[in-house]
Amino acid sequence: MRASILRSPSPLPGFGLSFGIMMTVLSIVVLLPIAALLGRGLMIGPEDLWDMLNSRRIWSALTLSFRAALIASLFNLVFGLMLAWVLVRYRFWGRRFIDAAVDLPFALPTAVAGIALTALYAPNGVFGQALAPLGIQVAYTEVGIWVALVFIGLPFVVRTVQPVIEELEPDLEEVSATLGARRIYTLRRVILPTLTPALLTGFALALARSVGEYGSVIFIAGNIPNVTEIAPLLIVIRLEEYNYDAAAAIGIAMLVISFAMLLAINAIQVWSRRRIGNV
Amino acid sequence: MSDIALTRPVPVTSEPPLARYLLIGFAVIFVALFLFAPLLTVFAEALRQGWAGALDALRLPDAQAAIRMTLTIAAIAVPINAAFGIAAAWAITKFDFRGKAFLITLIDLPFSVSPVVAGLMLVLLFGANSTLGGWLIANDMPIVFAFPGILLATLFITFPFVAREIIPVMMEQGRAEEEAALTLGASGWRTFFTVTLPNIRWALLYGVLLCNARAMGEFGAVAVVSGKIRGETATMPTMIEMFYNEYLSVAAFTLAAVLAMLALLTLLLKSLLEWRHADLLAATRRH
Repeated sequence: MRASILRSPSPLPGFGLSFGIMMTVLSIVVLLPIAALLGRGLMIGPEDLWDMLNSRRIWSALTLSFRAALIASLFNLVFGLMLAWVLVRYRFWGRRFIDAAVDLPFALPTAVAGIALTALYAPNGVFGQALAPLGIQVAYTEVGIWVALVFIGLPFVVRTVQPVIEELEPDLEEVSATLGARRIYTLRRVILPTLTPALLTGFALALARSVGEYGSVIFIAGNIPNVTEIAPLLIVIRLEEYNYDAAAAIGIAMLVISFAMLLAINAIQVWSRRRIGNV
Repeated sequence: MSDIALTRPVPVTSEPPLARYLLIGFAVIFVALFLFAPLLTVFAEALRQGWAGALDALRLPDAQAAIRMTLTIAAIAVPINAAFGIAAAWAITKFDFRGKAFLITLIDLPFSVSPVVAGLMLVLLFGANSTLGGWLIANDMPIVFAFPGILLATLFITFPFVAREIIPVMMEQGRAEEEAALTLGASGWRTFFTVTLPNIRWALLYGVLLCNARAMGEFGAVAVVSGKIRGETATMPTMIEMFYNEYLSVAAFTLAAVLAMLALLTLLLKSLLEWRHADLLAATRRH
């Protein structure tokens, strides 16, 4: 009765208890820490914040984190689409096995992935030795960061696109073929547009995850300041120097990037729902 | 006649056979190079000095302390997040109130925050340089560089896993069954345990599985908050980093192999759930 303006009546019990538990845990675990970071930013003030961020090392780290995440997510966009298509449309031996394996990057701890990729691509590793004669060095260069982020981001694209391919209406493809379209034309002009919203969502999710990724990257990156030093590592370094204000400044910059991407993902979803109807 | 029977027509809704085989081959090679090769490397490097070397590494006191720490953290963090997930799902799906969409966004928020930034937030909130942290340390309740900090970091990172798995399932099941149970005289708790819980049990298990895998494997946030004190606050992932940086490769990869086996077990159980109870899971019906 008291809360009737904010909530409609329900015969079910337990609103107070469940809402109370939810808000308590949410506040302690998520809201308070975020408030602490933003509060620190307010205490520092926008001008000092900008001064702290305005250094070559931080700028290099932030652009590297974003650029590498963008390259890896674009790569995943193409190969994730291919993988999802093959897994849904074709029947072959070991399909279920590969389908289950796509989630490996979700399940494997990032530090484990990091040292494994480093061992593979290091100059004395299996892949490192194979690539050396071609003049390609992966470990301890920016390419190594791309490889780690491709590993981390792959399931996001596959798992977002896969259900949409599963629900494609065969009618559309049949009509297109009946009207004389060649298969490649049907794929490009009929199927790809239908998959675009899901592809963009998967791409944005992979990008959001990759920008902040730490565990899988720091082993393979080499961590040379201005060259292969990612933004999260710079936060760790500043914290180890007890330079909390500088760490908070980079953290706020990354949080702003994360929020922007979260908004972008929501906008894509709203746009796709309007475009395709209530799928 | 026989000619027609022998040449199978290519369906108009599929690619030519050659393109199909090429795509399948390409997909298999891609997965082998990018997913299986790193996984196999973990086990190969762990066994570089044979089984004895790996077993010796597991007997190191630091490794054992890290394993205990990781198991303890998961044993506390997963039930808290499961309880939170159920409470959140009950409040969000069984009642109508304002600001619900915003609340769901807040619950999903930790997914888009970098683990390192999550750790940084906890250091700023509870570290020695903050008012609250200073007071807690003065009263002998340190959070950063101690067990509670690792727990909070793990809770933050794994926060949405259970909730986002059961909210869609409970949303779809509606309220009619619970309302019927209440009409028939069941108490609130009895309604929950005999009506709601059986409906969401597989989705709950699925969420708990993913939550547990992430809780045991979290690295960035825990590395920042724990201070990585060996034997005291080091978890398995942070201990892997320390072994690796000390060139104790076999020890690092042996701990990594234990976590990789946990990941494989998680994938196996997850796949079993998806194959047998796909209709009762939210994840397999995502759009």
